[in-house]
Amino acid sequence: MGATSAIIAMSERYGVEGVDDIEVYEQHGGYEGLRRALEMEPTEIIDAVKDAGVRGRGGAGFPTGLKWSFVAQGTGKPIYIVCNADEGEPGTFKDRPLMENDPHQLVEGMIVGGLAINSVQGYISLRGEFRHAGRLLSKAIAQAYEKGYLGADVMGSGKRFDLTLHRAAGAYICGEETALLDSLEGKRGQPRLRPPFPAAKGLYSCPTTVNNVESIAAVPFILRHCVDWWTQWGTEKSTGPKLVGVSGDVANPGNYEVPMGIPMRELIEIAGGMKEGHELKFFCPGGSSTPLLPAEAIDADYTYEAVIEAGSMLGTGAVMIYSDQRCVVDAVLGWTRFYEHESCGKCTPCREGGYWLAQVLQRIETGSGTLADLDLLQEVCDNIFGRSFCALGDALTSPIVAGLEHFREEFEAHVREGRCPLGVTPPRDDIPTLAVRARDHGNAQVPSFTAEPAGQA
Amino acid sequence: MDQDDLVTFTIDGQEISVPKGTLIIRAAEQLGTIIPRFCDHPLLDPVGACRQCIVEVEGMPKPMMACTTTVMPDKAIKTHLTSEMARKGQEGTLELLLVNHPLDCPMCDKGGECPLQDQALKHGANTSRFVDQKRRFDKPVAVSPQILLDRERCVLCARCTRFSEQISGDPFIELFERGALEQVAIYEDEPYESYFSGNVIQICPVGALTSTSYRFKARPFDVVTTPSVCDHCSAGCSLTVQSRRGEIQRSLARTNMAVNEAWNCDKGRFGFTHLTDAQRITEPQLRGEDGALRPASWAEALLHITAAVHASRETGAGRVAVVAGARLADEDAYLVAKYTRTVLATDDLDHRTRFAPAVETEELSALIGRETASYADVEAAPVIVVAGLDPEEEVPILHLRLHKAWRQSKARIVVVGPHLGTLADLAWRRVPTAPGGEAAALLALIEGRNEVSDALRAEGAPAVLVGERAGAGSLTAGAALAAAVDGHVAYVPRRAGARGAIEAGLAAGLLPGGRRLADDEDRAAVEEVWHTELPTEPGRDLHAILADAAAGRIDVLHLIGVDLARDAASTELARAALAKVPTVICQDLAATGTVTAHADVVLPVTGRQERAGSSTNWEGRTQRFARAVDGPDLVQQDWEIVVQLAALLGHDLGVNDLEGIRAEMARLGRRSAPHAWPTVPAPTAPDPGQGRFVAVARPLLLDRGTMLAGATDLLATARPARVELNAHDAEEHGIADGDLVAVVAGTARLELVAEVRRDLVPGVVVLPANSTDEPAGALADRDGELVVTLERLADADDADAATRAPAGEVA
Ligand SMILES: Cc1cc2nc3c(=O)[nH]c(=O)nc-3n(C[C@H](O)[C@H](O)[C@H](O)COP(=O)(O)O)c2cc1C
Ligand code: SF4
Ligand code: SF4
Ligand code: SF4
Ligand code: FES
Repeated sequence: MGATSAIIAMSERYGVEGVDDIEVYEQHGGYEGLRRALEMEPTEIIDAVKDAGVRGRGGAGFPTGLKWSFVAQGTGKPIYIVCNADEGEPGTFKDRPLMENDPHQLVEGMIVGGLAINSVQGYISLRGEFRHAGRLLSKAIAQAYEKGYLGADVMGSGKRFDLTLHRAAGAYICGEETALLDSLEGKRGQPRLRPPFPAAKGLYSCPTTVNNVESIAAVPFILRHCVDWWTQWGTEKSTGPKLVGVSGDVANPGNYEVPMGIPMRELIEIAGGMKEGHELKFFCPGGSSTPLLPAEAIDADYTYEAVIEAGSMLGTGAVMIYSDQRCVVDAVLGWTRFYEHESCGKCTPCREGGYWLAQVLQRIETGSGTLADLDLLQEVCDNIFGRSFCALGDALTSPIVAGLEHFREEFEAHVREGRCPLGVTPPRDDIPTLAVRARDHGNAQVPSFTAEPAGQA
Repeated sequence: MDQDDLVTFTIDGQEISVPKGTLIIRAAEQLGTIIPRFCDHPLLDPVGACRQCIVEVEGMPKPMMACTTTVMPDKAIKTHLTSEMARKGQEGTLELLLVNHPLDCPMCDKGGECPLQDQALKHGANTSRFVDQKRRFDKPVAVSPQILLDRERCVLCARCTRFSEQISGDPFIELFERGALEQVAIYEDEPYESYFSGNVIQICPVGALTSTSYRFKARPFDVVTTPSVCDHCSAGCSLTVQSRRGEIQRSLARTNMAVNEAWNCDKGRFGFTHLTDAQRITEPQLRGEDGALRPASWAEALLHITAAVHASRETGAGRVAVVAGARLADEDAYLVAKYTRTVLATDDLDHRTRFAPAVETEELSALIGRETASYADVEAAPVIVVAGLDPEEEVPILHLRLHKAWRQSKARIVVVGPHLGTLADLAWRRVPTAPGGEAAALLALIEGRNEVSDALRAEGAPAVLVGERAGAGSLTAGAALAAAVDGHVAYVPRRAGARGAIEAGLAAGLLPGGRRLADDEDRAAVEEVWHTELPTEPGRDLHAILADAAAGRIDVLHLIGVDLARDAASTELARAALAKVPTVICQDLAATGTVTAHADVVLPVTGRQERAGSSTNWEGRTQRFARAVDGPDLVQQDWEIVVQLAALLGHDLGVNDLEGIRAEMARLGRRSAPHAWPTVPAPTAPDPGQGRFVAVARPLLLDRGTMLAGATDLLATARPARVELNAHDAEEHGIADGDLVAVVAGTARLELVAEVRRDLVPGVVVLPANSTDEPAGALADRDGELVVTLERLADADDADAATRAPAGEVA
């Protein structure tokens, strides 16, 4: 990475030899943001983040400064800052590179964030599979403790901040902030009812903020370089540099840093253009949860507002590029399968809807669908969207609805021809859906001596 | 309610004002609009899982869930009755719920009372658009010996799991897995053990949870439903008894927010099989010359009794005594009290199986007529003091209230006494005392300078709950404590008829309505209604009756619903007495050990569900129950038997139906002002001596009690019998948790697995009162004192093998 990125801002230390060591990190401007933060009042830190216009990089784009200002103060309960390092959205790979390339950046961000909201305890909830990132982060945390940057007296300021790395057991839903809090508390991760919001009652019922890795890591940069440095990029509503993962049918899929506001076509160019012999057919601007867009939309600017205008969302900075050699039904089926599998099961629309939709799509893709199935897809999606408990249910519908909206003919062609017209996908009958017998858990352990009463065949 | 706390808005155009924070679904109910729901339950925390309760709220673009959205001022809310969006949304969710739902209705127990079936019939489509493969699970699996789970039918509403977590506090049933594979399950290493498990069957909105006992038995539309009141403990739960062709099919909790809310315990729900068990007595019997019981006619049996009474009178006075168990209906208790005093002309009467301290008569008479604690008081109390009582084992629904107070308002529970029992998880502080030391400890809390006393003196009305095992004077001490901290006291006996027996004066020295035999005014008031002169000298209590009987000074012992050979505080004394008394009359439901070994005359009686009557619970709340089924042909109600005996003995009790008894009870009423509390006697510190233990016999909910006969599946969920001992004592005696131990007193011994606990005072062991082949009372001396030694027999592994009972049997 680096060389082909449009800009080098948050990725400035990526590739620096030994930067996972605190000394090297400090030689490259590390912990300067924290030093600045210690000279500021908590509210001043929040104001700086607000002024910079940082929007949450976890998917929803909620202003980070505003979120911090909502955290209930003076309740007598401890305040927690939780970093969401679950990065589970299909196509997304920007938090892991950040943690692997520059782990101290996140540690410093957590301390600064902690100071901003008067928190004395932070947690990084890390996707368990990110083992390398985990090793680097624990080393970084240990070094920060050794140096006195973490602990009872942060840099001699008399302020306390402790940081704990939690290797989460993992499930996509545990990236949803309230499910993440449940999981962090040792429970089964399922979204919580809101209100109360985490800012009032979060981790262990205490005021809590949950922020994405990139959102948190941005803050020390802003304090170190000042707000204007950050806002030199982007538009009024979408500021700063952005880490993106460009994947799919491009020549050099990878992780890049770009300024907000460039046309999305440039994202493809930064990734080396389309693959030889491939032409852009459709793309997802921000992960599978953001509705796919047809090729024409690629000229929209890469900002929160312009992508919404184009009919999708900026999402998690996961730009997935699909060429004319890809079958849209197959792509949609793949995502639907993902959501079907990752649905937490709590609410009816997502749990049953995903199960149903996956089977209908499978039928269409393998050539046994009917035209009525296309309407069925739409209607089932309508019964899910806006009715599910959390955003996963909505996300489940977005590829299907967008696929039907932009590529209905291709769906119809599957039905008409009784096969995938592109012929790119082998029949998938062999791949089991969820319609199989499940494990029995403790249920299997109970002696079934009473299951069939005497005389009951 | 303050005007500011009310929110005014409209539902389907109708204006309504409700308190701030009310959920839309509750507000709509007040207007009579039932918004369809599956996961919502008014007594469980909202979860918003099923998404069935969609409504449209003005200004909200998305559909809103009525069960998780609180009301908003001035908004127009539209339900499915007026909103197309709500109606379509609800239909959509219903269709999704049916995606994986099997077509089991024809063979599903829930059919006919199933919210899903009702909804589908009302709003669902006739055909399904789902043509794909449904999720498959093995069906059914047993999650406990009495509960079966059909995962295919489950709509994953989390009612059962929330009940276990939030209401009963034993979350051994949980949701596992994700997505469409999500399922209710139990842990691989922890069984679903709960005394309240039957409730999850009742609140399951589909037929996913069914009971082994009701499975395939009946449909809700072909059963006869009768309101009843449980007779298994003093909680006084409202029940619904459902019968078909005169046979009870099942019992359900009947909603009574003041008492059991919407719950009951498994004993109350499943414990009705004793009525049809082989042990049930169905005809009068007499013991023949050959020593065997033989069938007799009622006339024969009753005349045998009157002859024995007459013969005894020839010998002298004071040779007839009556002991009634605490299962009687209030009316029966009253009439037995009257019969004993007026016809048998004796005060030798008791309703307890304990050997009660002398001061108790005065305490009980002082209790009646006072404002004592109720369930609501317990729920509202900031501090709850519990002495001599283990609510989960003895009065389970009271335990649920304690749990509710603990969970919802962070009530602080203080346990006074030698052990915490099942309150171990809820207790905030513990005031350890030796057995019998509770009264002094309660008094000490009044002036105490400690956290507990401070908490008691803080704002709010504490509740002081005194049980049967608290030492002499505890009720008085509890009342003094409650008075000092502006709280409420209550006496919480275990058995269903105990409070009624106290109200009726079913104890020596005690007259109806909190009156005392020794009080001239009280006696005169009763004499006026009973038209007889009463004995002036207080009679003998159980201990004295048994001691005199064993010494040959009693000729006729009339036992009504009590199995003295097993339940008396001293088995030895009871058996000696029963063996000696020439005429033992057993008026009972079941052929107990007392009946088979000792009864000379056996009189069969009706069970609770076979008759009407009233019952008074520990709060002093009297509730009526109706007849659900007919009893066996020859059984009679206890009061009917007494009326006939009186007549044969030349007396007219003046009543011949329930209404008549009730009218007379009302005429007599309670004493105008309750008696003053007595002085608390000085505690007698037990000194078992070196190497010996004082044993506390605590009954477990599911034990060898006769009213559990035949409830096989219920009994399979009984907690194992254990001897609990203090960790230091255990170490000193080389006993480890799980070891097999002999508990020895003289020649009597019980072999039990040891449970080493830290919440027991040293020198004390806790035994299950009635869960072993011989009851704990078998270890007691003739005064009912339980002093034992322990011998380690085998270590944990061997003990496990030695005591492991075959599945389905009680160890
Ligand atoms: C199903 C689901 C999965 C999510 N996964 C992630 C994730 O892996 N990482 C993340 O930062 N946010 C994820 N989010 C978003 C979080 O709920 C939350 O909005 C975010 O962590 C807030 O951080 P931010 O304000 O910095 O964006 C997910 C949301 C949903 C609904
Ligand atoms: S939409 Fe419902 S089932 Fe799906 S993940 Fe969210 S809470 Fe779970
Ligand atoms: S078993 Fe019944 S109560 Fe429990 S989650 Fe399933 S449907 Fe709900
Ligand atoms: S708590 Fe008592 S009264 Fe209620 S159901 Fe159980 S045994 Fe019956
Ligand atoms: S009843 Fe409202 S979501 Fe289930």
